[in-house]
Amino acid sequence: MIVAEKKPIEEVIEMVKDFQKVLIVGCNECVTVCEAGGKKEVGILASALRMYFMNQGKKMDIDEITLERQCDHEYLEELRNTIDQYDAVISLACGVGVQFLAEKYFSTHVYPGVNTCFMGVTEERGVWSERCQGCGQCILDRTAGICPISRCAKRLLNGPCGGSTKGKCEISKDLDCAWQLIIDRLRELDRLDEYERIAPLKDWSTERAGGPRKVVREDVRQ
Amino acid sequence: MRLRYPDTIRIIRVPCTGKVDVIHILRAFEKGADGVYVVGCMEGDCRFETGNLRARRRVEHAKTILDAVGVGGDRVKMFNLSSGEGPRFAEYAVEMTDKIKEMGPNPIKRFREKRAA
Amino acid sequence: MSVKTPSKLEKILDSGQLAVTSECGPPRGSDPKAITRKAEMIKDHVDAINITDNQTSVTRLCSLAACIHLKLMGLEPTLQMVVRDRNRIALQSDILGAASFDIHNILCLSGDHQTFGDCPQGQNVFDIDSMQLIQTVRHMRDEGKFLGGDEITRPPRMFVGAAANPFADPFEIRVPRLAKKVAAGVEFIQTQCIYNLDKFELWMKQARDRGLHEKVYILAGVTPFKSAGMAKYMKNRVPGMDVPDEVVKRMAGVPKEKQPEEGLTICVETIQRLKECEGVRGFHIMAIEWEEKVPEIVERSGLYPRPSA
Repeated sequence: MIVAEKKPIEEVIEMVKDFQKVLIVGCNECVTVCEAGGKKEVGILASALRMYFMNQGKKMDIDEITLERQCDHEYLEELRNTIDQYDAVISLACGVGVQFLAEKYFSTHVYPGVNTCFMGVTEERGVWSERCQGCGQCILDRTAGICPISRCAKRLLNGPCGGSTKGKCEISKDLDCAWQLIIDRLRELDRLDEYERIAPLKDWSTERAGGPRKVVREDVRQ
Repeated sequence: MRLRYPDTIRIIRVPCTGKVDVIHILRAFEKGADGVYVVGCMEGDCRFETGNLRARRRVEHAKTILDAVGVGGDRVKMFNLSSGEGPRFAEYAVEMTDKIKEMGPNPIKRFREKRAA
Repeated sequence: MSVKTPSKLEKILDSGQLAVTSECGPPRGSDPKAITRKAEMIKDHVDAINITDNQTSVTRLCSLAACIHLKLMGLEPTLQMVVRDRNRIALQSDILGAASFDIHNILCLSGDHQTFGDCPQGQNVFDIDSMQLIQTVRHMRDEGKFLGGDEITRPPRMFVGAAANPFADPFEIRVPRLAKKVAAGVEFIQTQCIYNLDKFELWMKQARDRGLHEKVYILAGVTPFKSAGMAKYMKNRVPGMDVPDEVVKRMAGVPKEKQPEEGLTICVETIQRLKECEGVRGFHIMAIEWEEKVPEIVERSGLYPRPSA
């Protein structure tokens, strides 16, 4: 899922401090799972902001709503009849949702309440880590199911580099060396001979480098 | 035991302090409470194993938020005792009340009173 | 093997003699004298001089420009090129830039991660990795073509090298990794500096078992310790470095004023021992910020005078 982190409250205050009536919109999917922007977090942010502005002696109305998702038209439509009464909206969805909301409600001030980080997994409650960079050409068949593009700090396709130490990456003892993981799994699967295959130069044109991307499926378009 | 403790305290009973969430603490302050404290079982003795540990972490989190918004993280605190310790319960009550009295009222109340006026 | 390039280093290695290379770090400024002065100190004691490429991600005068300064002095530079900072267009372009000055040696490296350097907030590139860079240089040289397929007018004639670290983890794939680089087209290897001789000799044995010592020239890397503090630092704080306790103890067991001398002695002893190691075809002396000692190390190791080639 997409993993995000709450923005520090000081940043959010700075964004909306000059408005009078603000709506905080949460999202029931990824940001709920990583506990950054779901209904609970909307409630906490709303309460905290109310107290802050009361303390400043400023009148501020803060309302709360959580949509199923903010990346599909149908759910954002639910705001159609109420959004214009607000001066500004803080969206706790990932960057995708914030932008879609802003596109849909073109004349509404929309602000992000979380920092969107990466596509990743829940290792355990409270710990999320990156797994995929969306390169557009999955090579997991050749790397025993472990991605060197997202998990190697140097995205080496023919790793490891000379800095790999005791299974950890040179940049941090808390980071596993992706190539150590790949080698361990190749060994487990009895495929260590595949290690010596030289991976060819990557076509990065399907990645961010090639420009903003789009997927079109003519067979399902209406 | 019929021990005495300050009557400025409103007690809310929960089956386990693990039920207390950050939002409950924040809402209390939002509505004008001057202080909030959470009293749970001794660590290691929680009947539901980790309920009181969750409560502690949530109290810590609430502290950070209360500091950031200018209400003051010292207004919330976690205490631990075992259910038979009546005198200690009273002791904590007095300790917390005295501390809050010293800190003064919840700063957001000035605004609420102004609005009411 | 016969020579494929005008490289003086290749010629010496091909003749069966032990080669000696060293390195210079460029300055953190634009004064060319910082390079030429270091080169003057060592030029008669080495066959080729590596110029590092923004080593440990600390921004310095670029390797290509420094190599050109050496070339203008009549010396033999080795262009170190990391893939951290340049995409495939810039890499090919810089290779041609070097070739236009007849620079004939290149070392293809990954590069230390930028978090170690002075711009930890910068982007990194890693468009291709060091293995693929080896393939790229060979392709440009032997096919005379760009990666995109077009012909290169006056293709580069470069002797292609890479680094190897017998001391990084996991040990079991360090020789397969060497084999991979050989398959990619590497022609000479400079290893990470050696203090754990047993481990190095084990790595060499595994390389010999696969016949790799006959397919690539391996130059053993050495670095003299200036102090016991330096030995401890390298042991504990440098990733991929193996400094056995006995070596640290030996450095620490000597009074502070005598430590530099002890460090040089250990370095010379290492070279002497590795001369006997089959497959070691030369030495790469990395005397960081201590270039003035390179002549002494070369002479005491019985590697002076250098062949004129």
